[in-house]
Amino acid sequence: MSTKPKLYYFDGRGKMESIRWLLAAAGVEFEEEFLETRDQYEKLLQGGSLLFQQVPMVEIDGMKMVQTRAILSYIAAKYNLYGKDLKERALIDMYVGGTDDLMGFILMFPFLSAEDKEKQRALIIQKATSRYFPVYEQVLKDHGQDFLVGNNFSWADVHLLEAILMVEEKKSDVLSGFPQLQAFKARISSIPAIKKFLEPGSQRKPVPDDKYVETVRRVLCMYYDVKAN
Amino acid sequence: MSGKPRLTYLNGRGRMEPIRWLLAAAGVEFEEVYLETKEQYDKLIKDGFLLFQQVPLVEIDGMKMVQTRAIMSYIAGKYNLYGKDLKERALIDMYVEGISDLMQMILMFPFSPPDAKEKNLESIKERATNRYFPVFEKVLKQHGQDFLVGNKFSWADVQLMEAILAVEEKVPDVLSGFPQLQVFKTKMSNMPTIKKFLQPGSPRKPPPDAHYVETVLKVFKK
Repeated sequence: MSTKPKLYYFDGRGKMESIRWLLAAAGVEFEEEFLETRDQYEKLLQGGSLLFQQVPMVEIDGMKMVQTRAILSYIAAKYNLYGKDLKERALIDMYVGGTDDLMGFILMFPFLSAEDKEKQRALIIQKATSRYFPVYEQVLKDHGQDFLVGNNFSWADVHLLEAILMVEEKKSDVLSGFPQLQAFKARISSIPAIKKFLEPGSQRKPVPDDKYVETVRRVLCMYYDVKAN
Repeated sequence: MSGKPRLTYLNGRGRMEPIRWLLAAAGVEFEEVYLETKEQYDKLIKDGFLLFQQVPLVEIDGMKMVQTRAIMSYIAGKYNLYGKDLKERALIDMYVEGISDLMQMILMFPFSPPDAKEKNLESIKERATNRYFPVFEKVLKQHGQDFLVGNKFSWADVQLMEAILAVEEKVPDVLSGFPQLQVFKTKMSNMPTIKKFLQPGSPRKPPPDAHYVETVLKVFKK
């Protein structure tokens, strides 16, 4: 029996992608079970595997963990990506909260109508460039270090890189006013574990498409309209 | 200058209420600054107090902390309400996140349009009774202990207590199918710091009313 963590989710990014990023950054190999049918999901539910009837679910260290934030915190702490003390953890939590909010605008994007997509794209760019990116730009500028917190690679760095790449998929030159972030992106991308994750064939998932949306709707019986923020 | 944490938010529950609960449960006295006008809020932003231009803001131990979860994790960690090891912390985090999803529905409720209120109330009742409360009922039944995690008072207990009371305000008989939760509620109510917080005159805020909704819309108007 393998002791690798096992991820239960759709074959796509969604709320599981940040977890894939963090495990990969920590150099941890993991297995995945992809939900494709309603039956599979109901089987998981009936088996009592989903504490609050939801995915993501990650089997790790004998636990069936749910709740994205809980899973990420556990992984970060276990693999020493959570700072050296309470205050560094506080900074990491704050920064991750920000990138999480930013990525939240992108999470629902594939489910929006074509018209709402246009509005949402503009909103994502606006939030990224006026609320979130300036903060991290300033943090890096102020301390001049390679990493966001405590001069040490942490969850905050992984999460920020993930957010940067996601926003760039919506506007490729979005980092043009952010020289620190450009350097940060290059630096973090070249860390071996991350470089590997960014290569084709890794477990990183592509930009969600209609097939992904269809799968989610089918498995979760989520046929209502999703509204933009 | 006082060494007490200072909370900046509107004079109402919103996203600050779980923080008030946690500080109170930990026996920590705190000060509050209430946002009443857009000008006050804009000034906070201009003066660089709000990392992501948002409240809650908690000034604590020399930090200007924002992001509700970050603030609560810090308080829980500092005051030993976060379990004894990584696995207990994982359990607490899972429970707290689940409860937070339920509380999110209650948070948004006062802002729902009048024709959606009945449906939203039904959703809150449904989720509480079918998704969230059964989990904690089962946890308590299985280990038979007073507290959710590790036989010790933690952040998870405070958060669950807050949620039970918040749902009861909307659905008074919601605990009728949950005997363990009824006992839990009584035990929590009798803990000295929580008992004090539940008394009139404490920093606990009343349920949101029309005036609160009005203030929110005014202060955060774009």
